[in-house]
Amino acid sequence: MQAEHIKTINNRTSFFWMSTIIFILTLVVLLMSEAYGFGIISTSFVKVLGKTLCLCMVALAMDLVWGYCGILSLGHFAFFGLGGYMIGMWLMFERTKDIVINSTQNNTLPLTNNEINEAIGTQIFGVVGGSEIPLIWKFADSLPIHLLFVLMVPGILAFVFGWLAFRSRVTGVYLSILTQAMTLALSLYLFQNDSGLRGNNGLSGLQNIPRLENFSQAEISIWFLVLSSLALLIIYFVSSSIVNTKLGNIIIGIRDNENRIRFLGYKVENYKLFIFVISAVISGIAGALYYPQAGIINPAELAPLASIYLAVWVAIGGRGSLYGAIIGAAFVSLTSSYFTGGQIPNIEFGIFTFKWVDWWVVILGFSFVITTLYAPRGIGGLIEYIFKKD
Amino acid sequence: MSTLLEVNGINVSFDGFKAINNLSFTIANKELRAIIGPNGAGKTTFMDIVTGKTRPDSGTVLWGDRNISLLRMNEAQIVELGISRKFQKPTLIESQSVFENLLLSLKKPRNPFSSLFYKLSSQDKTEIEFIANEVNLNNELNCLAGQLSHGQKQWLEIGILLAQKPNLLLIDEPAAGMTAPERKKTVSLLKNLSNNQSVIVVEHDMEFIKSLDCRVTVLHEGSVITEGSLDYVSKNEKVIDVYLGR
Repeated sequence: MQAEHIKTINNRTSFFWMSTIIFILTLVVLLMSEAYGFGIISTSFVKVLGKTLCLCMVALAMDLVWGYCGILSLGHFAFFGLGGYMIGMWLMFERTKDIVINSTQNNTLPLTNNEINEAIGTQIFGVVGGSEIPLIWKFADSLPIHLLFVLMVPGILAFVFGWLAFRSRVTGVYLSILTQAMTLALSLYLFQNDSGLRGNNGLSGLQNIPRLENFSQAEISIWFLVLSSLALLIIYFVSSSIVNTKLGNIIIGIRDNENRIRFLGYKVENYKLFIFVISAVISGIAGALYYPQAGIINPAELAPLASIYLAVWVAIGGRGSLYGAIIGAAFVSLTSSYFTGGQIPNIEFGIFTFKWVDWWVVILGFSFVITTLYAPRGIGGLIEYIFKKD
Repeated sequence: MSTLLEVNGINVSFDGFKAINNLSFTIANKELRAIIGPNGAGKTTFMDIVTGKTRPDSGTVLWGDRNISLLRMNEAQIVELGISRKFQKPTLIESQSVFENLLLSLKKPRNPFSSLFYKLSSQDKTEIEFIANEVNLNNELNCLAGQLSHGQKQWLEIGILLAQKPNLLLIDEPAAGMTAPERKKTVSLLKNLSNNQSVIVVEHDMEFIKSLDCRVTVLHEGSVITEGSLDYVSKNEKVIDVYLGR
């Protein structure tokens, strides 16, 4: 049918343009990088760009649940953080193991497995006053298992949380508060020293990838950038395929008129759960790519505020259009780090000094209010408006 | 004619207020029935009970030849059995086209995975076009539901019910806000429908009820006062007192 047809075409063109832009940007950065190009772009900026791509991924995930299904989750950084922790455990364990083995290479007797484990335990958990490796680190030496955890742990948390919340028909602002409580509770739990994840120290040294000691950070940062672009493209493709199916029509229907969908005989809870879990898994993948580039993860990353910022990105970028979410996350997070990075000189007004670092949050807050009131479809809506005119 | 739905001695109270008071009601297969009554007579609550939205405090609701009790079922299971409901206000998915609205209503597996892998077949397309034709919307298939006129929205709503191939249609105030020609079309539409399934219409408009020319049930304070042809019930003293006025 024509309407179906138009919708698919629209999604296809926006996917085409978005992927072209991401591809070109990645290529440009590659050519200007220190490792493979002219050395114009610093390694630390490559990392910023790579991390931004991961934030775009989690914004996509947020757009799926909020923009398409109408569930305002304010706890998506719980899933993002868990993804980071899951990959971080492997990175830190294997790296420490390598260090332990290397430092004892000249010993006459090789270390027993027990001795190695004890040394690793002391290295990793010394800061929280322990030397035993907690049970949850049992598989920390296996990359495949931890990659599986990256998908499973956020997915299972989302499944259990969603099953309880959606089945009780908790909706709207109450659900948002529950998701905030979820991420806060998780964050507070991780802050404890006996959580087994090093309390407020978090996991660190994640930029050092085991087995890749011979490669420089400049090279590794580019690989992660390329990996993040690829992941973003695949996730974008999968998400836009999902919203183009009949399931997409149903979740949009749930957003606009939940009761109608229910009386058509669809189990709204199952659909919400489905999209919520998919979204959490995407967030987990994004986190797992983000933290090796950030180098450190600690429980503060899961603080409720982070998830609220995510909602602001998606709102400014444009709810209900996938590319809008990507643009919003990239635009707002990059400008945020620019304005709060202290690189812009303060403005002197005689008795009053305008400090960008302090006022940025206020500006961001205002732009959030203004978009919500006057441009509810955000930057994405603006782009559509311009192109529809032609 | 065999009984399709049998409601027996149901009671519902909300915070002490008795919305339904020992109500009994039966409808036969392929019967067209109108329910009238003043505001607060329990018409909407009655529909809520049949569709599983409200649970009665006591009484039975039995369905079909096998006398299945509806009281233990949730909304989705009741829809599955073949009871569909049109609300007072049209509740369409306004951001989607007429076609998409009908597509979601087609009798297909309702679980997320079969929706995810659903492909539009030419058979389904024909069926959607057939239904659109039935409710006078064959030229509006590509319109967004939100852009339809009020009357058209009501018809789309009925089309959505038809797509589910129900045995019983519950229709709440179909004529509200319609122009005279739209009403006429709606009457013939409803009469047509009752050739294939049972239809219960709740309506305030006496002219409309009259043109439906069917059995009428009068509700008042949560129970049935009388039942019969419109002429018959119009002569009932109590009906005149509480509803029609003197």
